[in-house]
Amino acid sequence: MNEITILQNGRIIDPVNKVDGRGDLWLRDGVIVAPESVVPEGARRFDLLGKWVVPGLIDMHVHLREPGEEYKETITSGALAAAAGGFTAVACMPNTKPVNDTAAVTRFILEQAAHVSARVYPVGAISKGSSGTGLAEYGELKAAGVVALSDDGQPVVDSQLMRRAMEYAASHGLLVISHSEEISLSRNGVMNEGQVSTRLGLRGIPVAAESIMVYRELALAELTGHHVHIAHVSTAAATGLIRQAKKRGVLVTAETTPHYFTLTEEAVEGYNTNAKMNPPLRTEEDRQAIRSGLQDGTFDAIATDHAPHSVLEKQVEFDRAANGIIGLETSLPLTLALVREGVITEARLVELMSSAPARILGVAGGSLAIGDVADITVIDPDREFLFTEDLIASLSKNSPFLGWQLQGKAVLTLLGGRITYNDLQG
Amino acid sequence: MNKEYRFQHKHILEMGQFSAEDMLYVLSIARSFKEISARPIKKVPTLRGKTIINFFFEPSTRTRLSFEIAAKRMSADTFNISASTSSSQKGETLIDTARNLEAMNPDIIILRHPSSGSPLLLSQHVNAAIINAGDGTHEHPSQGLLDLMTVMEHKGRIEGLTIAIIGDIAHSRVAHSDIIGFTRLGAQVRVTGPATFIPPCIESLGAKVCSSVTEAVTGADVVMALRIQQERQHDPLIPSLREYARFYGVNRKLLALAKKDVLIMHPGPINRGVEMNPDVADGTGSVILDQVANGVAVRMALLYLVMGGEKGGDAN
Repeated sequence: MNEITILQNGRIIDPVNKVDGRGDLWLRDGVIVAPESVVPEGARRFDLLGKWVVPGLIDMHVHLREPGEEYKETITSGALAAAAGGFTAVACMPNTKPVNDTAAVTRFILEQAAHVSARVYPVGAISKGSSGTGLAEYGELKAAGVVALSDDGQPVVDSQLMRRAMEYAASHGLLVISHSEEISLSRNGVMNEGQVSTRLGLRGIPVAAESIMVYRELALAELTGHHVHIAHVSTAAATGLIRQAKKRGVLVTAETTPHYFTLTEEAVEGYNTNAKMNPPLRTEEDRQAIRSGLQDGTFDAIATDHAPHSVLEKQVEFDRAANGIIGLETSLPLTLALVREGVITEARLVELMSSAPARILGVAGGSLAIGDVADITVIDPDREFLFTEDLIASLSKNSPFLGWQLQGKAVLTLLGGRITYNDLQG
Repeated sequence: MNKEYRFQHKHILEMGQFSAEDMLYVLSIARSFKEISARPIKKVPTLRGKTIINFFFEPSTRTRLSFEIAAKRMSADTFNISASTSSSQKGETLIDTARNLEAMNPDIIILRHPSSGSPLLLSQHVNAAIINAGDGTHEHPSQGLLDLMTVMEHKGRIEGLTIAIIGDIAHSRVAHSDIIGFTRLGAQVRVTGPATFIPPCIESLGAKVCSSVTEAVTGADVVMALRIQQERQHDPLIPSLREYARFYGVNRKLLALAKKDVLIMHPGPINRGVEMNPDVADGTGSVILDQVANGVAVRMALLYLVMGGEKGGDAN
């Protein structure tokens, strides 16, 4: 097809290749190519002065709800939301109905994802049915296309099972992602345990429910010598444990989410079910610790834990409401706020949202070198917009950021050189 | 009372919504209504033609009866729906059920529900005035107000008093409403019980946590014991009622440490011999039945006020 796209005059930020400066990026047939001296006839050109050109963003933790709960999200709608948020790839958690614990489910997901507007990397279940008993067939799952394993949504209660999962996963070259929650402490809890839970009369989830399990995962990673990835860290305590473990050389990576570095338990006030998720929003002290962890490298990645739910699950009594919020379309603006506030640099944003997730999952992207896949996100760091329901591409609208005035967003998303989202005109 | 004062609350959701002035105003109206219940013809026409629905998702005898009597003494038409007769058993959501009730145009919905915050949710979806008759472990504002009224009646004031509340503070909506109410009116509230019963950060509501019952009761003007619930599955709070009674039960010996004229209170129903000995519940200083009587007066006042009572002046 020999189609050439030229992204001109943008600020190219590509930390993997130590690039940060104004320039042109040439794309041909889905890959990045060397610029030529003459612009060929028919080349598609974008003038991106004042905008950032970065490797396509990768969200390593989303829930796409298909198969089973297509009224909340489908693979197609989730990919549209991803593209609108500047993401070119997502890793989808296995807690669908049925659970992605077999090659057949993985193949179904990949079939549905074949022509959507983002790359979809399935995460397989750690245990059969994510039931916490017996290993899923990792070899088969890997052959079918899973990139990692997790029982996300459910902790792996049995420590021996978790140990065996880490060992057996390593033999198949798969990463284990831990949803770290000591369920005997968190059972029936619906928000962070503390001042707000007491005032609202809601059952609390203590910080220890996260830190105890994070400690176990670190101990098991040390015991087995295998890599573990800690999902959606919400507390200062767990951040500290991961920081120390990294210092002594434990093979651990970790992610946190925009809601943990942006909001606190105060957002639950008024029994706001769009501020209900697991782990829960914590205190200001935790929020600050998460920001420090992003700054000093304790966290490798920012993921969204995009968890679509309809009004059926959210417009109900708080303690009966489902856990989770959507995040794909607010992640970049909320992370850009960290850059403006001086918490992280532009290059670090790209690492956290693209290069590191690609490296951790072992997938394409995260880099803008010649020959790399042309998954590219163009960011307008100045564009302001009011985040409202009608902007949301996701089928579900359960966001605590509705009504927020946000600054900075993706204005052009390219997947293998193909435009999946274009908001250059505003 | 400030002459410019107007009661501004359409819904009664929590004590937290009231200023001290609001509370004193409700109590003044309740006092003026109390005498109606002592008349041979216990009825005034104030709420004639008003429709009041008692919407109870949890078992309740006294609170529901108290609201129903209050409504009937004001000549309102009352209807009772309990969880077993409501559509919630058929999978209908709270909001759907409420919208269906709304279509029949009730003036007030009185809600008792196991989920904290459900009265607020309801108030966001219907036009009727909502009165919280107890939501989860959050609040029970009419109980808070009747407790204030009872203490005020016997002590003439709230300010400067020391109130000791003993029991499962963490799971008691009564304790939460009482802590807020008494504290806002200038009393000092002490709470005590085994640490499994004390919620985190309860000090933020204004309560002082005492490490022993004797510390809590010493010099107290009011001692209130809370009903001990049976043990919860997966959450062992106390080993046995027997042990609780021995170490935390309110008895005469303990009360010797309190002020001579100490008031004994209990939101009911009492587990006699567990959180309170019978001789205490029935003995001098016990105002437990006054609480019940004042409950009717306070609920009459709340019904009257949410119907815009201040515009018509006192009913009698």
